[in-house]
Amino acid sequence: MPDNDKLRAAHRALVDRVLNGEGRASAQQRARAFSNEGLSPPVDALIGKVATRPTQVTEADFAAAKASGFSEDQLFELVICAAVGQSTRMYEAGLAALAEATVDERPDNAT
Amino acid sequence: MRLDILDRGYRPSTKLLFALIRLFSGHPVPDAAKLVFYRPDFYGAQAKAFTHEAMRGPSAWSVGDRELMAAYVSKLNESAFCIGAHTATATQAYQDGPRVAAVLADLESAPVEEPLRATLRMLGKLTAEGKLGAEDMREVLAAGVSPQQVKDSLAVCAAFNTTDRLADAFGFEVLTPEGFDAGAKYLLKRGYR
Repeated sequence: MPDNDKLRAAHRALVDRVLNGEGRASAQQRARAFSNEGLSPPVDALIGKVATRPTQVTEADFAAAKASGFSEDQLFELVICAAVGQSTRMYEAGLAALAEATVDERPDNAT
Repeated sequence: MRLDILDRGYRPSTKLLFALIRLFSGHPVPDAAKLVFYRPDFYGAQAKAFTHEAMRGPSAWSVGDRELMAAYVSKLNESAFCIGAHTATATQAYQDGPRVAAVLADLESAPVEEPLRATLRMLGKLTAEGKLGAEDMREVLAAGVSPQQVKDSLAVCAAFNTTDRLADAFGFEVLTPEGFDAGAKYLLKRGYR
């Protein structure tokens, strides 16, 4: 079966859109949410939970972020960037592990 | 949901669509569907395209296998909405509820094929720990899974690690069993587009 290149292309299009397309949050804030790095309190707490322990997100996390000046549309974008960012790191880690595992096999296959 | 815009921020045409769906299906529009209708240019359009390709695009994995992967990843993330949605969808796709329930209860003792078990184990480790080594992948390949099947499963894993996070962060309302069954029927008929 040929490589399903449409999968990677569709994933890249999603990542590119949320990071580089038009948004209410700045591209820098979206990049920081995506990487879960460099955001200031209190929004960093919300974004950190989205990335690593999303079941612990509460109304209070959103309320604190809004009180610090973020609009709902900005938080909508930043939460999405955090979720896409964390899952993208997993996707890339899995593909890298697969590449390493299959490169090692190639000399046998080539003979 | 935890953002008012996700409950009330839709265009009139979208609100009308939601009302029609409620009328004809007998169920409110699930929050997962509402999310992709909010400013679809930002997230919904691209997310639907990727998720549909991962779940319904060409693959040696069956639709049931991929829905089971989605349910399994959601189980590890303890994402209540997505566990319910994809348990129901995998159950309908396989026409086999006990098979799905057994995997979610205990993967190692569940009566499933070894390639699928090895793949689910790998996706579980990636979801729980956020990383994997080449040795983990060699075990999956040794179980008879092709490299392309691994790639396909990683895409399912990526799609649902995203959706699970959004479901829990935005606070998707968990549906009734009938609501999840209706949603599953829709997902099997129409996919994620």
